[in-house]
Amino acid sequence: MNFDFSDDQKSLQDETHRFLRDRCDLSVARLVLDDQQQAYSESVWREMVELGWTGITIPEQYGGIGLGYLELCVMAEEMGRFLAPVPFSSTLYQFCEALLNGASKTLKQEILPQVAAGKLIGTMAFAEGIGFPDPDRIGVRFKAGKLYGDKWPVADAMIAGAAVVLAVNEDNDPCLCFLDLDQEAVHRRQLESVDPSRSQGGLEFFGAEAENLTAFEGGSGKSGWQLFQRVLNAAAVLFAFEQIGGADACLAAATEFSRERHAFGRPIGSFQAIKHKLVDVYVANQLARSNAYYGAWALATGAEELPLAASVARVSATQAYEYAASENIQVHGGMGFTWEADCHLYLRRSRTLALLIGSSGLWKKQVTSELQRKFV
Amino acid sequence: MDFDDTPEEAEFRLEVKNWLAEQAPVYNLKNVDDLSFEQRLSLGREFQAGKAERGYAKVTWPQELGGMGGTPMQAVIYDQEEEKYNFPTLFFGISLGMPIPILRRFASEEQKKRYLIPALRGEEIWCQLFSEPSAGSDLGGISLRAVREADEWVLNGQKIWTSYAHISDFGVIVTRTDPSLPKHQGMTYFFVDMKSPGIEVRPIKQAAGSGEFCEVFFNDVRIPDTARLGEINGGWPVAIATLMEERFGVSEAAGGGASLENTVRFLHREFSDSQSGLNDACVREKIADWHVAESGINNFYARLLTGLSQGQLPGPEAALSKLVIARKLQTQSSDIMDICGPAGAIYPDSQVSRANDFRVAWLEAAGYRIAGGTDEILKNTIAERVLGLPGDIRVDKDIPFEKLK
Repeated sequence: MNFDFSDDQKSLQDETHRFLRDRCDLSVARLVLDDQQQAYSESVWREMVELGWTGITIPEQYGGIGLGYLELCVMAEEMGRFLAPVPFSSTLYQFCEALLNGASKTLKQEILPQVAAGKLIGTMAFAEGIGFPDPDRIGVRFKAGKLYGDKWPVADAMIAGAAVVLAVNEDNDPCLCFLDLDQEAVHRRQLESVDPSRSQGGLEFFGAEAENLTAFEGGSGKSGWQLFQRVLNAAAVLFAFEQIGGADACLAAATEFSRERHAFGRPIGSFQAIKHKLVDVYVANQLARSNAYYGAWALATGAEELPLAASVARVSATQAYEYAASENIQVHGGMGFTWEADCHLYLRRSRTLALLIGSSGLWKKQVTSELQRKFV
Repeated sequence: MDFDDTPEEAEFRLEVKNWLAEQAPVYNLKNVDDLSFEQRLSLGREFQAGKAERGYAKVTWPQELGGMGGTPMQAVIYDQEEEKYNFPTLFFGISLGMPIPILRRFASEEQKKRYLIPALRGEEIWCQLFSEPSAGSDLGGISLRAVREADEWVLNGQKIWTSYAHISDFGVIVTRTDPSLPKHQGMTYFFVDMKSPGIEVRPIKQAAGSGEFCEVFFNDVRIPDTARLGEINGGWPVAIATLMEERFGVSEAAGGGASLENTVRFLHREFSDSQSGLNDACVREKIADWHVAESGINNFYARLLTGLSQGQLPGPEAALSKLVIARKLQTQSSDIMDICGPAGAIYPDSQVSRANDFRVAWLEAAGYRIAGGTDEILKNTIAERVLGLPGDIRVDKDIPFEKLK
């Protein structure tokens, strides 16, 4: 039994932790939150590029470092812990995942080195307003090499240079299209979200030049919809690590506060009402962490159980983070609900992460479908 | 990252598997109700003797004490493999789990020679006489009196929730020896022959019907001072050591009640043509919730075992498993009953299928949340020992026991 990260992976995590603690503490997320004009922390992002982080999972032949998913998982946990306001998840968990798993060698050769070098921020656009896409409900159309329609919300839409877009082709089949966002036929608009520390926007396409990611000679063997599902499953695991990082930070903050804050002549952490609440948070966090490890294992080994493991990791991490973030405010009392306290930063982020790639309800459906397939 | 055994672990697992497979034809119980309690006990003792000969009764103990000098991970591997069968070993769980390790630590060499091996072989069974009617979660509040008379002690009072007292040969017991001292300072720890005159054992019928719990009454029971473990009025540390032994047995992966696999198949079978069962969105959401919790516990367990495999003993965080499992068993069982409608309250026809039945599990789960540490006490333990939160203010700490209400 070796259900843990290796020593090398743990030291990568420490290194990530130290960098973020020194260069990207919560004041950085707060700066982005406070300033409507700032979509991300450009200076922190530039430093991450210099450290090679944007190429962490990109193979060396495409200009990256070529590390695996487990390395990305431990980094994701730290990104979540420090609420890093950078387009790491859009670029690495979604955009790169789509290219690495579905694109032609030519496209990979053209695009991935730019990502690794920090010259290109990427994202994936799939939502179309209220609801979540299913194969029969995709409005954006891909016709004769051009995209038409509206996608919103899209993470990092205002700063991405390229995107992978879920659309339907002329046969009404779902497909994933790659496009350069810096063209006239793409209109971007900023959207105001509950968590301005991670910018979101809308992308409208008026015949924008694009290419079908999976339609190339030889092909990747996956349909556009299958590729989309594959990317979502990987993103679910990686976001789960961001979520447990955030949940851990909330528990640490609430625990520390409850040891120091006195009321009725004793630390509030000595009251069982607070103790039991914090243990409930701790238990949820431990279960979420254990399930996230399971997701990481499935992702890293290419296990058949990935759709089950990813959905379990996603549901568990979402529950844990949202619970930890709301109880962190509760333990801090009135001060916890002020703009100055950091509690609301976690609350906002926990909600954003819970929604970005589909809510718990959607992922619970996947858990049960996978179990039904396995058992019946 | 993997779930695999190391080569050494795999080799040991195979050895255990082979040995257990040889035992199965005689000792594996297919239908528990075919045998009486006495028959099961006697079969269990036979199996236990063979197990002890291989050193499997205490895998981590040195060979001279009856173990096999193995690692904690090997102990887990043995348990994992034995659990795949239905051997009648329940009777020895408490005996070898707490009293016997305490004897090994606190008894004289002569006593160890006399008592350890017969217990390992299942020839003698030990119980743990701790809780009292007015001292459960607050064990420091026990009041069963032990009064010194020359080289003897005279015991009077009552114990309760003593598992298997009715079949035990000996028991370890915490007593009150000096009520003028504060509660934790006036206690002394002994072991006692359960056949001593003045001991009366009455099995307790629990809310779910059966059960292995007993009440034990002490009426002028005389024991020698040589049966004392630890110092006079120094019983509290020995009692704590006993409770800590529980924690080294790594708590289990999720189990009990109806398995998720069987539940999903059951719902598929019973509701195949309707809008309910597996076709009902509410039911589907519950299934996901159960699985996420179960998967969380199993994966948490895998993380604990990884630590164990690398030589780290589990800390107080291991208490989390029981907390989650008991609660989950209760809600999941009750959810399945809900899905069944009015028939959810009706037991299935055959006796045989009741072992893992959700209706049975639903009632028993109410007891699991109390036995071996209530949910609330476990939460206090995790809060104080894992999260480092301050202890509760103990108003009775420095007051003589006899002055307490």
